[in-house]
Amino acid sequence: MPRQKDPIMTEIPKGGYAGRQPQNHPVALHPPYRTSVKRSPQAAPISFPTTLSEETAPVFGHSMLGALDGDLLHNFGPQDQSAIGPRIIVHGRVQDQFGRPVAGALIEVWQANAGGRYRHKKEGYIAPLDPNFGGCGRVITGADGSYEFRTVLPGPYPWPNGPNDWRPAHIHFSIFGAGFAQRLITQMYFEGDPLIWRCPIVGTIADTSAVERLIAPLDMERTVPMDARAYRFDITLRGRRQTMFENRMEGL
Amino acid sequence: MTDRPESASQTAGPYVHIGCTPNFAGIEGVYPEDLGARMITGEVTGRRITLVGQVLDGTGTPLRDAMVEAWQADAAGRYAGQEGHDAHFTGFGRCPTSETDGSFRFETVMPGAVAWPKGGLQAPHVTLWIVARGINLGLHTRAYFADAPENDSDPVLGRIEHKVRIKTLMAQPEGDDVYRFNIHLQGPEETIFFDC
Repeated sequence: MPRQKDPIMTEIPKGGYAGRQPQNHPVALHPPYRTSVKRSPQAAPISFPTTLSEETAPVFGHSMLGALDGDLLHNFGPQDQSAIGPRIIVHGRVQDQFGRPVAGALIEVWQANAGGRYRHKKEGYIAPLDPNFGGCGRVITGADGSYEFRTVLPGPYPWPNGPNDWRPAHIHFSIFGAGFAQRLITQMYFEGDPLIWRCPIVGTIADTSAVERLIAPLDMERTVPMDARAYRFDITLRGRRQTMFENRMEGL
Repeated sequence: MTDRPESASQTAGPYVHIGCTPNFAGIEGVYPEDLGARMITGEVTGRRITLVGQVLDGTGTPLRDAMVEAWQADAAGRYAGQEGHDAHFTGFGRCPTSETDGSFRFETVMPGAVAWPKGGLQAPHVTLWIVARGINLGLHTRAYFADAPENDSDPVLGRIEHKVRIKTLMAQPEGDDVYRFNIHLQGPEETIFFDC
């Protein structure tokens, strides 16, 4: 069908959300990740077209953010004291599967400190806590879907699964899009980490390229000289389809 | 427009509370309040109810490291952000499961019926989303209310082939204005999960 310049590209259409893409997601049951064995549903999920319940979502305005929410180097410790470890900037763009930016998306992040230790009472790793690092932060994407935050490079750490399993360095991401159907929690890994391909949690994703899209490359262009390296992590969420009406308008 | 691959999910892990409810996790002073701690923010319209439950694994053991999110319409069936919605109701709740008995709890209102895209109404329901260590992709389900007459004509319930499983989507009344919705991840009572 001949198409004119697409006027809808930057507007969010009103059709339902395209379905999840199971080929890009982990399987529920992956025995090498032992906790999944008793926590994975066994029946097939049930599909229905998205409704208002899935197409709406809580709206979080920029006014909810504190000045340091996106600065994990400084949002926990005493004033003028920075978290310990390699300083990094993580930035990227949240878009939907049709390439439209997802503006106003709340991103919450959490991570271990530079030594691989989480600030959590159930965490027993011998590596020390950093008194200046809490390990959580949040940002909201701009009109173009872009976001940025500052933190320390998290350390890898051992975890109770197999006798000697180590998590690759990672940052957890929780993302709210414009519809609850877009809700996603994932993890970002770092380019060049040899632990990625040994990790049973990464291994829950069968598709190699889907894993590769979770690996953030070093981004020298955004690096701040003598200050912080940068990593780029783009996130793609589900998108809404055009309605029949809009399709017809577009084709005419 | 060409389809791009959706980013893969990964488990929220054992420390989801650090990122999503840091005050609950003992990390205080970063955010003034945990997100989703209150669904009712003032003189809300409608019947106040409490939705309680547990998330249980395949052995029947409650998960004490899960997080449950709730998203629902107000008493008139409008979602926050829609015109005319109740300004004293956020519609969004987030609850870490208890470290002692794995329970979750939402202080909310009975949602109104919500439009179905092809006309008609969906019965009152609360969308629930469950993440935890061992759950690789967040689980989406709905709590309907066992005593709601609208259930008989709900289009989602109507498309469930195995009718015997519909009861897994029913929050059961348990005393005055309290409903219990237990989520079974696995086993003979496995809750219906959606991939819509």
